Amino acid sequence: MLYFVIRRTAFAAVLLLVISAFTFWIFSALPADPAALTCGKNCRPEVIEANRERLGYDRPILEQYGSYMKGIFAGRDYGEEGASIHCSAPSLGYSYDRHECVTTLIAKTLPVTASLAFGAFVLWMFIGIGLGTMAALKRGRWPDRLATGFSVIGVSLPTFFLGLIFTMVFIIWTGLLPFPQYAGITENPGKWFSSLILPWFVLAIVSAATYVRMTRNGMLEVMNEEFVRLGIAKGLPRRRLIVKYVMRAALIPIVTIAGLDFAFLLGGALVTESIFNLPGLGKLTLAAVVNSDLPILVATTLVAAVFIVVANAVVDVLYGYLDPRVRVK
Amino acid sequence: MTADLILEARQLRKYFPTGASKMLQRPTDVVQAVDDVSFGLRRGSTLAVVGESGCGKSTLGRLLARLIEPTAGTVILDGVDVTAARPKELLALRREIQVVFQDPYACLNPRHSIGQSIGTPIRIQGTMNKTDEKARVRELMALVGLNPEHYNRFPHEFSGGQRQRAGIARALALQPKVIVADEPVSALDVSIQSQILNLMESLQQDFGLSYVFIAHDLAVVRHIADEVAVMYLGKIVETGDTNTVYGSPRHPYTRALLSAVPEPDPKASSRRQRIVLQGDVPSPVNPPSGCRFRTRCPKAQDLCAQVEPPLVDHSGGHLVACHFPD
Amino acid sequence: MTDANTIGSPLLSVRDLQVTFGTREGDVRAVQGVSFDVRAGETVGIVGESGSGKSVTANSLMRLNFGADVKITGQVLLEGRDILAMSEEEVRSIRGRDVAMIFQDPLTALNPFYTVGSQIAEAYEIHHPGTPKKQLREIALDSLAKVGIPEPKKRIDQYPHEFSGGMRQRIVIAIALVNSPKLLIADEPTTALDVTVQAQILELIAAMQSEHGSAVILITHDLGVVAEITRRVMVMYAGKVVESASVDDVFATPTHPYTVGLLRSVKSLETQRHSRLEAIPGTPPSLINLPKGCPFHPRCAHAASLGGRCNADEPALQQIGRSETRCHLDAQTLARLGEVRA
Repeated sequence: MLYFVIRRTAFAAVLLLVISAFTFWIFSALPADPAALTCGKNCRPEVIEANRERLGYDRPILEQYGSYMKGIFAGRDYGEEGASIHCSAPSLGYSYDRHECVTTLIAKTLPVTASLAFGAFVLWMFIGIGLGTMAALKRGRWPDRLATGFSVIGVSLPTFFLGLIFTMVFIIWTGLLPFPQYAGITENPGKWFSSLILPWFVLAIVSAATYVRMTRNGMLEVMNEEFVRLGIAKGLPRRRLIVKYVMRAALIPIVTIAGLDFAFLLGGALVTESIFNLPGLGKLTLAAVVNSDLPILVATTLVAAVFIVVANAVVDVLYGYLDPRVRVK
Repeated sequence: MTADLILEARQLRKYFPTGASKMLQRPTDVVQAVDDVSFGLRRGSTLAVVGESGCGKSTLGRLLARLIEPTAGTVILDGVDVTAARPKELLALRREIQVVFQDPYACLNPRHSIGQSIGTPIRIQGTMNKTDEKARVRELMALVGLNPEHYNRFPHEFSGGQRQRAGIARALALQPKVIVADEPVSALDVSIQSQILNLMESLQQDFGLSYVFIAHDLAVVRHIADEVAVMYLGKIVETGDTNTVYGSPRHPYTRALLSAVPEPDPKASSRRQRIVLQGDVPSPVNPPSGCRFRTRCPKAQDLCAQVEPPLVDHSGGHLVACHFPD
Repeated sequence: MTDANTIGSPLLSVRDLQVTFGTREGDVRAVQGVSFDVRAGETVGIVGESGSGKSVTANSLMRLNFGADVKITGQVLLEGRDILAMSEEEVRSIRGRDVAMIFQDPLTALNPFYTVGSQIAEAYEIHHPGTPKKQLREIALDSLAKVGIPEPKKRIDQYPHEFSGGMRQRIVIAIALVNSPKLLIADEPTTALDVTVQAQILELIAAMQSEHGSAVILITHDLGVVAEITRRVMVMYAGKVVESASVDDVFATPTHPYTVGLLRSVKSLETQRHSRLEAIPGTPPSLINLPKGCPFHPRCAHAASLGGRCNADEPALQQIGRSETRCHLDAQTLARLGEVRA
């Protein structure tokens, strides 16, 4: 097992390296000119050229990449001698548009996204697995049809649509909730909660829809297995049978997929954060796209990739732990 | 052997690498599925290969039909070395040797009509036009006892026995010389088994077919085979004329196998001395040294662990691989 | 409820069991009016081919028939109590304790996510709640040793996929017997196993039976297995019991044409090579559209000799010697039915 973990980690590290190189290269190949963004709208070409040279954008790609990677581990200075800004490690770049170290920006926005992702995750697991289990146990009857109907609708609703509908209903029409304004959970828990509750549900409903179906189908499949029949033949009470036998088997693939979905969400829920005015990674990324702020884009892409790669590795190991058959001897 | 052999296997081996790979190394364990197997099939006769699960008989069947490539050794079909054949030659060779599989439910494409399935080999070979092909398929269906008017029906509309008949019809489509039948009746009910075995025998008579009949059911084999080869962990441990092997088995495994078959006669059953082998079949990954059967053999001695017993002819074609045969 | 411990009354009494499955194509009448008794400690075999209803009958004894649309009628009396009339709670308390089952495929019967020790312990703990963990472990170890698993201390914490097919079947048997049930139902227990392992398992079942004193109902299609360990046999065809006899009688003097056909198509080690095998012509009937009258008549060689009776009336039960059979033929013909055997 240990070999497996070590190998998996090493593989993940190599993968991240490849991803960073690829990301860097792709962004450098974009038509947007990073040097042109350094000095605002009415910029004279000479200034742009000077900036390009000063900031190192005229260096060969490989060298730029090298400096970038070094910056991640050792921090880096941006700007020219005397007027440079130091971003301490891990330095993911410097946004000239906002005049801030990217790492700082990410550090500010990540907790918001994390709050959003985590809450949505808990909600969708409850709703998805709960409804899916109910649907499987009452197959063919109205709870099943209800849950399946919900699943179909939820999958078809785009997040922005649901977000706007919720905003209309809960904030504008009924006034049940205030306009969302995010506050950190330590500063103002009430505000934190009220700003997140709607986006949580928006994300959760859309995701839960898939999990309802997965859970339902997974459980129905397992219920037909011989070992479940043996469990019944042993005289197992119904609840124990469902939890210990059926769910234990059916939930393994679902839990592992959920881990990946969660990691994906950590990279930023662009649409939802924008609609609900949450200052998270998603909103940051969206703004960067609009402004062609390349340093931020490179960084957020990389950060999202890190989450996914790490989640993949964790999920692989977790699967081996949950399913004895998969364990490498 | 001067007999007229339609099919010959010489020192066939098939090894599968397996096991977990540690760190960056390649997998080190090797499953010796078929290890140094040689035999000959006489024209127009039936050779049965029997053994329990893991003995390699199915792998052997696939090697003979060249569905998988041998790790070493040769297969000679009617004088031609099949293993050395190039892909173009292989297509022609496939006409000579066909396969019937065990599971009549899994062997027919559920989306093709029965007629289409049976005609598939003909289409692949490209030897006939559509009309001729249909006619030939109808002819084959009648031959195996299916109603030719059911050409357009689908597999799920047929019973297990009928599907197996279709599988046989398909195997006959190209007029092969040899048919490798891998457990063709195991999945069928007892009364249907007899029908299929009767069919296979009459087809053999009418068309001069030669069969390699792979099975685990010793009673079925007794009935249909002229010669039998008993396999254990990838090796042939005993082979010879069916009457001889069944009447006077000389390898301890063969004896145990025969004594384990439940006899459908309560009086004989209670009288019989049964040899019950201890333990399970060892893993084919790292087979025991020397004689592979020694871990379960009631007669095992030191020599058995050191030296692998060769197949020795004891009398008139009855070969046994044992240091201390009965 | 009568006291069923009086000498002479059977352990299990099945009366007119009928099981019908509703499907889109129509009602599948899997079991139609099966009745039989099993005495304590007896070994009874139920023989039949696919579609005969033997497995459905076995499942009904523990109410293991599932499906959206299942109708079961009749009585299944275990020591006088009707299992079919019990509440869910009561049936659950019987399953695994008074009646236990061994399934056909050991590869899929065990829960892959729990150790074998915990699965055996669970079987005990369900009916003895509150048993301390240490004691449960002892019981599991003991069970493993009794069914012949080598090195039980090491293997008790292993998972099912680490065992071979034969070993897994032993574990399934251990689970079934841990509560010393009065009745053991073995549904094709050796069909998925190699011949040499089959021999071991049959021996084990017989040994365990004498140790626990359980009655055994053995479901199989293999007449050899039946001859090995059963005392009494019921032959089923298309949902009905067509013959019921002692094992010696059923082989020596079968009294139903289907039984005769079955015996003739069985191959044994004594079969002559290349002899023409007897085969029952045709195929078993559809359970949705059963033939009228006797279900076997379309394939029966004797149907012609009885005018139209066979496809008009269902045959009544006849007693021929010590056997019972359902056939329209007269008693004399039936008594000599098997005589034409090779």
